[in-house]
Amino acid sequence: MSSTKMILGLFDDPDEMMHGIDLLQKNSVPIYDVYTPMPIHGIEDKLGVKESRLGYAAFCFGCLGGSIIFSLVYYTLVHDWPMNIGGKPHFAIPDFVPFTFEWTILWTAFGMTLSFFFASHLFPGRTPRVMDLRATDDRFVVAIDAKGNVPHDDITRILQEAGAVEIKHNDRKYVSYE
Amino acid sequence: MASHSESIIREPLVTGKNITYGRVTNEVLFPVENKPNKAWWIGFTVASIGACLWLFAISMTFWYGLGEWGLNKTVGWAWDITGFVWWVGIGHAGTLISAVLLLFRQNWRNSINRAAEAMTIFAVICAATYIVAHMGRPWLAYYCLPLPNQYGSLWVNWNSALMMDVFAISTYFSVSLVFWYTGLLPDIAAIRDRAKGLRQKIYSVLSFGWTGSVKTWQRFETVSLILAGISTPLVLSVHTIVSFDFATSLEPGWHTTIFPPYFVAGAIFSGFAMVQTLLLVVRKVLGLENYITMFHIEAMNKIILVTGSIVGVAYLTEFFIAWYSGGEYEQYTFLNRFIGPYWWAGCMMYGCNILMTQLMWFRKVRINIPISWALSIIVNIGMWFERFVIIVTSLHRDFVPSSWAMFYPTWVDVSVFIGSIGIFFTLFLLFIRVLPSVAIAEVKLLLKSSSEQAKKEQIEHGHLDPEQVEFYKQSLTKFDSVELADYDKV
Repeated sequence: MSSTKMILGLFDDPDEMMHGIDLLQKNSVPIYDVYTPMPIHGIEDKLGVKESRLGYAAFCFGCLGGSIIFSLVYYTLVHDWPMNIGGKPHFAIPDFVPFTFEWTILWTAFGMTLSFFFASHLFPGRTPRVMDLRATDDRFVVAIDAKGNVPHDDITRILQEAGAVEIKHNDRKYVSYE
Repeated sequence: MASHSESIIREPLVTGKNITYGRVTNEVLFPVENKPNKAWWIGFTVASIGACLWLFAISMTFWYGLGEWGLNKTVGWAWDITGFVWWVGIGHAGTLISAVLLLFRQNWRNSINRAAEAMTIFAVICAATYIVAHMGRPWLAYYCLPLPNQYGSLWVNWNSALMMDVFAISTYFSVSLVFWYTGLLPDIAAIRDRAKGLRQKIYSVLSFGWTGSVKTWQRFETVSLILAGISTPLVLSVHTIVSFDFATSLEPGWHTTIFPPYFVAGAIFSGFAMVQTLLLVVRKVLGLENYITMFHIEAMNKIILVTGSIVGVAYLTEFFIAWYSGGEYEQYTFLNRFIGPYWWAGCMMYGCNILMTQLMWFRKVRINIPISWALSIIVNIGMWFERFVIIVTSLHRDFVPSSWAMFYPTWVDVSVFIGSIGIFFTLFLLFIRVLPSVAIAEVKLLLKSSSEQAKKEQIEHGHLDPEQVEFYKQSLTKFDSVELADYDKV
């Protein structure tokens, strides 16, 4: 039995990689993931990746931050320590605007970015699970789960046909750092 | 990508022949992966001496108090707030380049945003040191925060513009830092995957485990776009709020509603000038001429021209309103800027910011590197004087002539300011040594659509209008690395 866990098609051109994905899909070869050194626009539709919901998270965090600071300013200025300065109203909304605005943005930024890290399993010191070390440099890597995808030679042939500059049959899922 | 084609008549954003994805990584990471050259060491030594000077001068300030500065009973704010507003203003261009230009899909930002964002972070750090230092008792800086305390229901004064400033600057710094670092992750991963030993371990920790999978890229782009969307109003709000420090007072020369837009324009003006100052050197020393091209330099000069002209209009408006308001104190303050004892500072402000900037109407000036560099420094000098004029000339003669006084800086004032420049350059030079000064992933995105080789391919294979091709060829004269002879064969 073959010990191959992953079949990697390494391309040096994003257009050829997209062509490779088309060919693999035409031949009903399921793709595990694609790793690239830069964002490739239009690939999400091809691979059926759902649209990110981080925008909703951003909105919720923004509302939360804005509400918290507005409540704090209201509590301190109007309820806990109201001061009569020249008979001016305690609940002076224009003064609330800069604080509410700043904290809406602060919470949006931090909340959304932390959500992104959480969802993508990114955190300081996490062991990088890299398919190929050149995937962050100049290689566009299409990864195919070898298990259940036989015969492997057919996959190799399809990748070759698409213009892959290198094809790897790895017996480890990840190559580095572990 | 092939689907992302671009008009042939647009100038290439990446010049040079046979630029590959690997070459971009190699060239940008060259200063990070190799020992620093002589120029870097000289720069770093000079900057470090400046940083030491700052450390000494600020220690003197903290030890003996604000009496070490030349402040007096009349001029209670001088070089400290001048330096603060100047540094915050410089910081603004970074966010503008990374956020506003991203929203407007200006691809030329891709090569310059990383260095500009780093500049923002370091400039805001310099600004923050001024804020903390001028408090007099910096160890009580936390009094600015709305923390529960043992003094009963004692809270911060939310009605104060200075309190708004605390929130604005801290938010601005935090959001800029998040934006910058998130953008760095793919490039840190690129360094990590090429490094060995300890370097690999360090960059591995810093890279957060980035792999570059499709879903991560998709989320990354969503985050970048939303951060750009929220940073755009943020950058406008920050300098608007900084201007409130002055505009909400009754001081003649400060009490004016034009300050918010005028300060924002001034911030962008001085910020772009500092980006220009830094990048013209960086591109030469680090050999990044193919990525930071004459197009980028000219585009930044155009922004300096536009914002400089807006600042000029603001100066005129200030004068007009001072006269039109009929307020004698206001009228005197503006007259005093011309004929008072600080006339020379006023001349520096108007001369550097308005007269010199207008030279950039000439294309020959805009595409001349030494002149552009000199002008960018002149703009920064002019903008420092602008803040000095607003602050000191307004304060030194106000309502009561018996309290009029002059401001004379002490050596501590001067050292803190020069030292802050040292701190800034020390941080910037360390940055270009350990992190890529050009956003590698974003530049790679341009290779298929906006590079010189992609355009040449388009001419070779496409059925283009000869007039357009001719227009494109003519535009190439701007690029010092493009040889027109290559196009004769095409």
